[in-house]
Amino acid sequence: MAHSPARYYVPHGTKWPIIGTIGLFTLFLGASNWLNGGGSGSAWVAGTGVAIVIVMIFLWFGQVIKESESGEYYNADVDASFRMGMGWFIFSEVMFFAVFFGALWYMRNLALPWLGGEGNSFFTPQLIWPGFEDQWPSNGPANVGGAYEAMPAWGLPAINTVILLSSGVTLTIAHHALIANNRKILTVFLAFTFILGFLFIGLQAEEYIHAYTELNLKLTTGVYGTTFFMLTGFHGLHVTIGATMLLIIWIRCLKGHFTPDNHFAFEGIAWYWHFVDIVWLGLFIFVYWL
Amino acid sequence: MIRFLIPIAASLLAVSTAQADWALNMPVGVTDLSAETYDLHMMVLGVCTLAGAATFAVMIYSLVNFRKSQGAEPATWSHDTKAEIIWTIIPTLIMIALVIPAAQTLVKIEDTRNTEMTIMITGYQWKWHYEYIGANYSFYSSLAQSSNEARRLGADIDVYAVENYLLDVDRHLVVPADTKIRYLITSNDVLHAWWVPAIAIKKDAIPGYVNEGWFKVNEPGIYRGQCAELCGKDHGFMPIVLEVLPKEDFVAWISARRDGKAVATSGPTATKTAG
Amino acid sequence: MSATATHDLHDDHGPEKGWRRWVYSTNHKDIGTMYLIFALAMLFVGGAMSFVIRAELFQPGLQFVRPDFFNQMITMHALIMVFGMIMPAFAGFANWMIPLMIGAPDMALPRLNNWSFWLLPFAGVLLLSTLFMDGGAPASGWTLYPPLSLQTGNGFPFAMFSIHLLGLSSIMASINIIVTILNLRAPGMTLMQMPMFVWTWLITAYLLIAVMPVLAGGVTMLITDQFFGTTFFNAAGGGDPVLFQHIFWFFGHPEVYIIILPAFGIISHVIPAFSRKPLFGHDAMVYAIAGIAFLSFIVWAHHMFTVGMPLAGQLFFMMSTMLIAIPTAVKVFNWTATMWRGSISFETPMLFAVAFLFLFTIGGFSGLMVAIVPADFQYHDSYFVVAHFHYVLVPGALFGAFCGAYYWLPKWTGHMYDERLGKIHFWLSAIFVNLTFFPQHFLGLAGMPRRIPDYSTQFADFNMLSSIGAFGFGLSQLLFVYVIIKCVRGGEKATAEVWDNPPGLEWTVPSPAPHHTFEDPPIMR
Ligand code: HEA
Ligand code: HEA
Ligand code: CUA
Ligand SMILES: [Cu+2]
Repeated sequence: MAHSPARYYVPHGTKWPIIGTIGLFTLFLGASNWLNGGGSGSAWVAGTGVAIVIVMIFLWFGQVIKESESGEYYNADVDASFRMGMGWFIFSEVMFFAVFFGALWYMRNLALPWLGGEGNSFFTPQLIWPGFEDQWPSNGPANVGGAYEAMPAWGLPAINTVILLSSGVTLTIAHHALIANNRKILTVFLAFTFILGFLFIGLQAEEYIHAYTELNLKLTTGVYGTTFFMLTGFHGLHVTIGATMLLIIWIRCLKGHFTPDNHFAFEGIAWYWHFVDIVWLGLFIFVYWL
Repeated sequence: MIRFLIPIAASLLAVSTAQADWALNMPVGVTDLSAETYDLHMMVLGVCTLAGAATFAVMIYSLVNFRKSQGAEPATWSHDTKAEIIWTIIPTLIMIALVIPAAQTLVKIEDTRNTEMTIMITGYQWKWHYEYIGANYSFYSSLAQSSNEARRLGADIDVYAVENYLLDVDRHLVVPADTKIRYLITSNDVLHAWWVPAIAIKKDAIPGYVNEGWFKVNEPGIYRGQCAELCGKDHGFMPIVLEVLPKEDFVAWISARRDGKAVATSGPTATKTAG
Repeated sequence: MSATATHDLHDDHGPEKGWRRWVYSTNHKDIGTMYLIFALAMLFVGGAMSFVIRAELFQPGLQFVRPDFFNQMITMHALIMVFGMIMPAFAGFANWMIPLMIGAPDMALPRLNNWSFWLLPFAGVLLLSTLFMDGGAPASGWTLYPPLSLQTGNGFPFAMFSIHLLGLSSIMASINIIVTILNLRAPGMTLMQMPMFVWTWLITAYLLIAVMPVLAGGVTMLITDQFFGTTFFNAAGGGDPVLFQHIFWFFGHPEVYIIILPAFGIISHVIPAFSRKPLFGHDAMVYAIAGIAFLSFIVWAHHMFTVGMPLAGQLFFMMSTMLIAIPTAVKVFNWTATMWRGSISFETPMLFAVAFLFLFTIGGFSGLMVAIVPADFQYHDSYFVVAHFHYVLVPGALFGAFCGAYYWLPKWTGHMYDERLGKIHFWLSAIFVNLTFFPQHFLGLAGMPRRIPDYSTQFADFNMLSSIGAFGFGLSQLLFVYVIIKCVRGGEKATAEVWDNPPGLEWTVPSPAPHHTFEDPPIMR
């Protein structure tokens, strides 16, 4: 950081966003047609859209990384903008998960009791769902999806909890190592982190297979299946993204990127990872345990 | 007690309330609660009218008197804590004054205890189904044929010539006067809402859930309403006609239809006390 | 201003030539311009749809469209007006004015800024394309309540993904705005010194980041219920259609303040400027906005009083809703106090601001009325509600946008607009907007439900008045377009201050504002 620019860096022109827009547009066009029964042709269109977006992200971020590493463009203000931006982005993610947790809460504590006749819904089971009694887990008064077993908390999910929590610890160790400029510990512990992340996803896949093949617990198993798979599914998607990003910054570390006082990308992803961690704790408590 | 505020606002509205086609205000209705609802409406309208009159008066005064073209010199002050506190407190007090009577009425509306008979209302795309619980009598009620023909796109029928255009059905919902009637409401497909302005009731019909409420009509008569929740293409074409008969007439009416059982004044499911 | 930058990375200071200037733009002014043009175009698209609505409602009987198409029109009208017109319009103002007002060189994340804008037209295409599909556009109202919304034809996933894109655009734009405001203020400008428009946008952006993901979640649930057999909104599986309403309105109510707060901001500049007196109670105004924003999260179920909520819920939501009148009252009174003992002149922006004061207040009053639960049992889903929200949306938010457009046009174009035509535009708009929406109060009270293509003959007279007003109002907007084009083309040269020396950094740069401003931050005293 010999000479940080005096002025705030304002890039002049960029082609990545419009490419990204076209990618998303293609994706949603294909996905919509596919959902409407459009078959594999539309799936390919959607896939092309995803590919465009992924390539765009790599090139866009690649350019930013280059600008950042060159030390000629970004000053402390730019760095602060990135940090704040990441923070607010995570806030938006928090709200996205909040709505699914909220739905779970609503089902368990309001909808099902009402279907069972509580509150001013006394006549609901009498007239529409004779014999239905509120309980959790539930696949609803019509027993949607047939008999199933709930996912116990103290098997794989508990192991996964340990895995994610330790990945948080290893990441923090790596971060401290980065600040202390201890590159060796940095790379080793960062590697631990994303390996744990991918391990988590593997176990989660295992759990899904178990649910589908042995427990008859599916996305279509009433509200229990619905909330279980939607919450864990979106979380799993975030772990996948997070672990991939960890892998990428690990490669960047190997290439010698980041310095003790300039490593926004590392920190941004670390925040993201901790956020994913905390969401998991919420899942473990509210989806599996209670 | 609320009524003393009414004249102020009513006088603004009363100009031509007499003409049916230019109806300007909410109907008073034919139940105690619809009258209370009307009073609440007039109260809050009155409060808003007064608050508006006061605020607008100050605005208009400023716009007239502090014009640059009249040589007005701008003052330089930019706050006055005392004034600000006052005009925060006043609306607060007004809100409290409004909430109390509204809450009282609401509590009465929600009190479904001691109902004397029960009707089940089910919404369908696009008609209503009524069932007299305990009397084993039920029927569908759809848009009257005369309206149904006239409402088609390109129908060459003068809608003004159709009696009660879009507000008439083939079979009325018939209920007795002076009887506390519980209605249960649900839907068979999408959301609907059962709305009869004269009894100040609007309640959503939700598939899979049963909502309840009650009404007690004081005056026999025919009262019309409409579905009030968008339910698809014919949402505008599923009216409600509530026919209120004197008690004895109702008994005769239902006896001609029921299959031997007594009309439920407290049916098998009507035992619960509401909370 | 110091010009001692070590080396100049900004080799080029003029805009690029041709289409690249716009498609690749990272310049807040160009992006702001694109937002504003897009919004203006959408005003006419959404407005044309309201023409269809009002034409069909001109007299009883069905004359022009089938009921199903009518429902598509109300749905698309609302979605386009809300997401395509008014929000982009204010985003355009934000892009143009926030950097100028806080002395920033541009938005904090210029590339992201480009993305936020360019998602919009594509999302718009996705949404509008559903009109031509099997089964047509969504016809469930903009509230998209299931199960009805799940009866939409092939257009369903397109519309849902379009909402996802619109949400993504809003979230990214909001992140950018917040970061710009928090990070790029001129040295010495404290938060409490920030101009009111910046304040309103800071809080609006916060609201957007908080609620757009909630809408995205709700829309995602609709998609999975429709295509993947989940049962969020299906009682058979233990779900509840009403859950969607909670989700929608948890988004939807803050959304209406998202729509109105930037207008509050604009008004808070225009009234002091033409009263030649500082904004009364600046700090109280800030707290009032914050209070409104906070309350907006805990009032949502006032849209659902008829769904059969427990008594306690109804009472809570009635009270919390009525509380909002208090901070709003503070705002209205402070604007009034700003005019008090001022030296007022009536240029077009001021005319729109004054009309806003009166007419928004009327809309707020009817809002207060619909908050009274027992009375709302009568008002709900009637034209009274339609009247309420158009009063806050059209002479409220839209007039706020007109007001800002006239106020800042000279800064953007370097020319004065035609004051005479501007005033004519104002008077036509102000008269017709009342003719359109005031009679709707009466219709609602007399019992006319909303979202119906045809009505009983007793409602005929007021509907005809309302339709005449709507056509008049819509056509008057063609004049607005003409005024803008004329102003861009030429006209009297505007000075840097444009008006009578209003405070603010935006008036220290020349008119039109150069392509790049404040590359070195101005120093606040
Ligand atoms: C810009 C948008 C906007 C704004 C600002 C508001 C403002 C308010 N709204 Fe409105 N509203 C909508 C847009 C908006 N609304 C929309 C779009 C819908 C319908 C959606 C749909 O169903 O499709 C709706 C519907 C709606 C409903 C549901 C009605 C129903 O469906 O049954 C309710 C119920 O409480 C409500 C209440 C309020 C209140 C209390 C305010 C308050 O914020 C108003 C506060 C303002 C004032 C009170 C006036 C100024 C104050 C003074 C001058 C002080 C003195 C006053 C007193 C002391 C009384 N609104
Ligand atoms: C910011 C939001 C916004 C704005 C600006 C408007 C503006 C208008 N709205 Fe609307 N409206 C809503 C938001 C908005 N609306 C919402 C949220 C709903 C609820 C939908 C639902 O129920 O789900 C609604 C519903 C709604 C209804 C009720 C439909 C129903 O319940 O059946 C009606 C009916 O009168 C209506 C009318 C109008 C009119 C006349 C205007 C006018 O102000 C529009 C003025 C027109 C223009 C400014 C441009 C038109 C001019 C031309 C087209 C010129 C002609 C030239 C050419 C075509 C080249 N709107
Ligand atoms: Cu049934 Cu609307
Ligand atoms: Cu609201």
